[in-house]
Amino acid sequence: MYGFEALSFNIHGGYLEAIVRGHRSGLLTTADYNNLCQCETLDDIKMHLSATEYGPYLQNEPSPLHTTTIVEKCTLKLVDDYKHMLCQATEPLSTFLEYITYGHMIDNVVLIVTGTLHERDVQELLEKCHPLGMFDSIATLAVAQNMRELYRLVLVDTPLAPYFSECITSEDLDDMNIEIMRNTLYKAYLEDFYRFCQKLGGATAEIMSDLLAFEADRRAVNITINSIGTELTRDDRRKLYSNFGLFYPYGHEELAVCEDIDQVRAVMEKYPPYQSIFAKLSYGESQMLDKAFYEEEVKRHCLAFEQQFHYAVFFAYMRLREQEIRNLMWISECVAQNQKSRVHDSVVFIF
Amino acid sequence: MDLLRSEPMQLVQLIIPIEAAHRSISYLGDLGLFQFKDLNENKSPFQQTYASQVKRCGEMTRTLRLFKEQMMKAGISPPTRSTKDSGLDLEKLEVKLKELEAELLEINANNEKLQHTYNELVEYKLVLEKVGEFFSSAQNNAVARQRELEVQPIVETSIDSPLLMEQDATCPIKHIKLGFISGLVSREKSIPFERILFRATRGNVFLKQAIVDHHVQDPLSGDKVHKNVFVIFYSGERVKSKIIKICDAFGANRYPFSDELGKQFQMMTEVSGRIAELKTTIDAGLLHRSTLLQKIGYQFESWNLLLKKEKSIYRILNMLNINVTKKCLLAEGWCPISAARQIQKVLLQATMECNSQVGTIFQVLQTKELPPTYFYTNNFTCSFQEIVDAYGIAKYQEANPGVYTIITFPFLFAVMFGDWGHGICLLLVTLYFIINEKKISSQKLGDILEMVFGGRYIIMMMALFSIYTGLIYNEFFSIPFELFGPTAYGCRDPSCRDSTTIGLIKVRDTYPFGVDPKWHGTRSELPFLNSLKMKMSILLGVSQMNLGIILSYYNAKYFGNNINIWHQFVPQMIFLNSLFGYLSLLIIVKWCTGSQADLYHVMIYMFLSPTDDLGENQLFVGQKFFQVTLLLLALIAVPWMLLPKPFLLKKQHEERHKGQSYSLLYSGEDPLESESHSIHLDHKEFEFSEIFVHQLIHTIEFVLGAVSNTASYLRLWALSLAHSELSSVFYDKVLLLAWGYNNTIVLIVGIIVFICATVGVLLVMESLSAFLHALRLHWVEFQNKFYEGDGYKFSPFSFTSLTDEDGI
Repeated sequence: MYGFEALSFNIHGGYLEAIVRGHRSGLLTTADYNNLCQCETLDDIKMHLSATEYGPYLQNEPSPLHTTTIVEKCTLKLVDDYKHMLCQATEPLSTFLEYITYGHMIDNVVLIVTGTLHERDVQELLEKCHPLGMFDSIATLAVAQNMRELYRLVLVDTPLAPYFSECITSEDLDDMNIEIMRNTLYKAYLEDFYRFCQKLGGATAEIMSDLLAFEADRRAVNITINSIGTELTRDDRRKLYSNFGLFYPYGHEELAVCEDIDQVRAVMEKYPPYQSIFAKLSYGESQMLDKAFYEEEVKRHCLAFEQQFHYAVFFAYMRLREQEIRNLMWISECVAQNQKSRVHDSVVFIF
Repeated sequence: MDLLRSEPMQLVQLIIPIEAAHRSISYLGDLGLFQFKDLNENKSPFQQTYASQVKRCGEMTRTLRLFKEQMMKAGISPPTRSTKDSGLDLEKLEVKLKELEAELLEINANNEKLQHTYNELVEYKLVLEKVGEFFSSAQNNAVARQRELEVQPIVETSIDSPLLMEQDATCPIKHIKLGFISGLVSREKSIPFERILFRATRGNVFLKQAIVDHHVQDPLSGDKVHKNVFVIFYSGERVKSKIIKICDAFGANRYPFSDELGKQFQMMTEVSGRIAELKTTIDAGLLHRSTLLQKIGYQFESWNLLLKKEKSIYRILNMLNINVTKKCLLAEGWCPISAARQIQKVLLQATMECNSQVGTIFQVLQTKELPPTYFYTNNFTCSFQEIVDAYGIAKYQEANPGVYTIITFPFLFAVMFGDWGHGICLLLVTLYFIINEKKISSQKLGDILEMVFGGRYIIMMMALFSIYTGLIYNEFFSIPFELFGPTAYGCRDPSCRDSTTIGLIKVRDTYPFGVDPKWHGTRSELPFLNSLKMKMSILLGVSQMNLGIILSYYNAKYFGNNINIWHQFVPQMIFLNSLFGYLSLLIIVKWCTGSQADLYHVMIYMFLSPTDDLGENQLFVGQKFFQVTLLLLALIAVPWMLLPKPFLLKKQHEERHKGQSYSLLYSGEDPLESESHSIHLDHKEFEFSEIFVHQLIHTIEFVLGAVSNTASYLRLWALSLAHSELSSVFYDKVLLLAWGYNNTIVLIVGIIVFICATVGVLLVMESLSAFLHALRLHWVEFQNKFYEGDGYKFSPFSFTSLTDEDGI
C-alpha cells in the first residue's frame, strides 16, 4: 500500500525490521577495525572478535587458527541470521529475502561448472561455495557437459531457471562462455529483482531501485573493463549490460565501444553520482576502482537504514555483513602473512 | 541500625609489588570486600598486561567445554560438587589438560575411523541383503514368467493383455550386457536422485529401491538417517560414468555386488565376520574412552572452578595500572572503612608468602566521587533489601527504607490477606523451605520455586502477620470462631433468626479481640466491615506517609541541608496533616465517642464552605475554628513549598561563586594549588529556571499526591474485602453446597474443588496480587516522599559469586 507503510508495515515486517536493525548495530565499528588492524596474530583477532557478535561462533575453535576458519565461522553467523529472518518472514518479504541469495547461487553454479571443467574434486568445490547460494542438487552440476544439459538436469528445479532462457546453447562449456553465462544470468537476475522491487512499491521500490541501479552500473563497468582486449564483440558486450541503471541506455552505447580504462572513466564522469569515485583516483589506475566502488556501495547501504518501513534494510544488511566478512578475511590474511602494512589497502570501513 | 545508612566507604589506592599481585588479588577475592575500578578502560583487550594469560585461560576453558560436550555425548554427568581441591596451579593444569585433550582426540579419531569402516560394512551388508532379495525375487519372477510364456504360446490377444509385459520379457534377451550399480542413498534425497538419473540418462536406466526400515549411520557424517537401498541397471560406459558422478553428488555410497549366488554368500559371511570383529574393537575403544571421560569427570568441577577463579583474577589484574618500572601494580577501588584492617592483613599475608621485598602500600584517597552503597545484610534482611533495591539503589548514606520495609511490607500485605487459616497454610509452606534451607540452597530449583525460596523470610513474615490480621478480622476460611470468648450479642427473643442485627441486643461485654463473630453472615456485615476497613486503611496510609516525610527530615539533617528541612519538610508536614491528619483525627474521635457524624460531609464542606455551621456533624467544640485554621495552614504551605527554595538555592550559589572568584585570585601564584581548587570547586552551571520548574513540578506532585496517595491506600480495604468475599463464596457455594447433598461422592468432589480453589485462587493468585499492591504502596506512596535511589551498588570482587554462575 503505497504511502501507508507507516500504518501497515509493522503488522508483518515490524518484528523482522527490529531484528535486522539490531543485527546492524552489531556490525564492527571503526574502533573495532582499528583494534583489529593492530593485532599481531590470528589469536589476537579471535580474542578481539570474541567480544563481538562473532564470539559464540569462534569460541570453540582450537588455537592454531586459520584464516579460512575465521571466515567460515563469520559466514556461518551471517547464514544463521539470514535463516532466522527467512523463517520468520511472510510474503512478500520472504520472496524478497530469497531474491538476495540468487546472486550467490549464480556464483556457486559458475564456480562448480568452472571447477569441473578444470577437473577439480566436487567435494572440494562444494566447500568453497557460499552457503547462502546452496541448493539441493548443486553437486549434480558436475555431470553437465553443456548449457542445455546444465539447464535440463539441474537448474530447471532452481529459481534460476527463468534466467537461463537467454543462454541455452548446445556448445560445450569453456571459460569464455561460462563467464558470459554468469553475466547473462546476473543481468536477468538483476532485472528480475528490479521488477520485483518495483512491484512492491513504496519506499522499498525507491531505495532498492537506487541500490540495484548502482549494482547494475558497477557490473556494466566491470564487464567493460574485463572485456577490453578479449574477443568479445561490442554487440555481445552490449547485451550483457542490465537494462536499467543510470547508464541505461546512452551510457551503455558509450561503454560498449570503450577500448581502454580511461575511456571508461570519461564515460563515467559524465554521471554526477560517479564523479566522486574518480576524484581520488589518478588516470590509468584500475585496481583501486574496486575499493572505490565498495566504499560507495557501503555508503549507500548505510543510508538505506535512514528510512523506515521498507525491505531494503535486509538487502543492505546482508551486503554490509558480507563486506565486513571480506574485511575480516583481508585483515586476517594480512596478519597471517605478516603484511600488516597492506592492511588498509582493501579494508572498507562500514561506519 | 546498620541497615539504615550505607556502610561508610573509602576510595583506596593499593600499590602491589608485581610478584605478589596474583596472590593478593586471589586473597582479596576470597575476602570479597573490595571493589576494583577499571583503570584501563580505553585499552583494547590484547594490549593489556595479562592478555596472554587471559588467552591461555580461554584456551583451557575451551578444552573444558570440549570435555563437557564429550561427556554429555557419552552420557556421563560430572559430579555436581567435588569437595576436594585439586591443588593444581595454572601451569600444571594447562599441561594436564593438553595431554588429556590430545589423548581424547586420538581416541576419538581412532574410534571414528573404526566407526566409519563399521558403518560402511553395515551398509554393505544391507545392500547385500536387499539386493540379493531383489535379485532372487526377480529371477523367480522371470523364471515363472518364462515358463508361463512357454506354456501359453501367444494365444491371448485380448486388449487386457499388458503390452509392457511382453516387452519386459523380451528385454533381457535382446540386451544381454546390462551393468548395474548398487548402493544406499538417504531417503529424503531419493526422489531428486531418481529424477536426476532419469533426466541425465534420458530414462535409459532402471532403478529399483528398497526401504531400510531402521536408521542407518552414515559413514561420512556419522548421523543416523533413513536410507534406501537402490540398484540401477544401465547399459553403456558413458551412462555408467554419469551415474557414478550423480551418485557422488548425492552422497550415495556405492557397493559392489555380484549376481552369482555363491559369491554373494561368501561375501555375506565375510562381511558379517568383519562386522562382529569390528564391533568388539569399537566396544573396547568406547570403554577406554568412557573410563578416560569418567576420570576427567571426577575433577571437572574443581578444574572448572579453578579456571573461573584464575580468569577472574586476570580480569582484575588487567584493570590495574602497571608502573613504568614494571615492578608494581597500581590498583584503585572502594572498600568499607570497617574492612580496611582485614584487607591490610590479607595483603600483608600475601606479600609475606611471596617473599616480596616490599609490602603492599595501602593508601586512602580523597575524592569527590560518590561512593557505592553497601548494606550489610543477612539471610533474613537481604530479601527485604532486594525489594527496595529493585526500585533503585539508595544514594550513598541515604536513609534506607529497607529497615522499615521489614515490618511494614508484610503488615500491609496481611491487611489485604487477613485470614488466619490461609496464613497458617503459607506459614507451613515457608517453614518447610526455612527448615530445609541448607539442603535446598545447594540444589538447582526451577524459576518459580527459586523465587519462592529466595523470598522465604518475606513469606514467613507475611504469613505471621496474616495470622494476626486474620485473628482481628476473625476469618478462618471465612468461618467465624469464638476464640476469645463468647459473642457479645444475643437474641432479644426467639424470633430473631432472620440474620439481622435488629433483633440483637448486647448481652455481654464487648468481644475482647478483633471482630465479633456474630457479625458474620448478617445483613449488616458488609457495611460494618467496609466502614472499619476503609477507616483503618486511611489511618495506616496517613501514618506511613508521615513516616516517609519524617525520614526526609532525617536525610536532610544528616546531610546538613537546612533548606530542605525548613522549606520542604515543614510545609509538607503541615499540608499533609492539616488535611488528612485531621481526617485521621476525626476518625479516631468518631470511634471513641461513637458519634453519628458524617465524615464525608465534614471533609467536603471544610473546603466548600468552611464558615458554615457544622450542625449535627460537629464532633468536638471549636471544630469550626480549628478547621478554618487548618485550611489556612494548608493554603500557606503550598507557596511555602514552592517559592523560597529556588531563591535560597540561587543565593547560596551566588555566595559560593563570589568566594570562588576571590580564592582564585589569591591563589593565582601557585599553579598547583589553584588547579586543585578548581577541581574541588568545579560546579555545575546554575540554571535558575530549571531549578524553579523542578520545584514547581515537585510541589504540584506533592499536593496532588497527598490526595491521590491517600486514596491509593484504600486498596488495602478493597483487596481485603475481595479476599474475604472470595473465600466466603468458596466456602458457602462449594463446600456447604456439597455438604447439603448428603452424598459422599458429591462431598468428595466438593472438597476437591474447594481445596483447588483455595490453593489456586486464594493462596496463590490472591497472595500474588496482595504482594504486588503492597509493593506498590511501598515504592510509590511511601518511598516517593523521601527516597532518591540514584546510587550504585557496591559490587566487590569475590569468588563466591563465581561458583553460583552456571556453565562455562
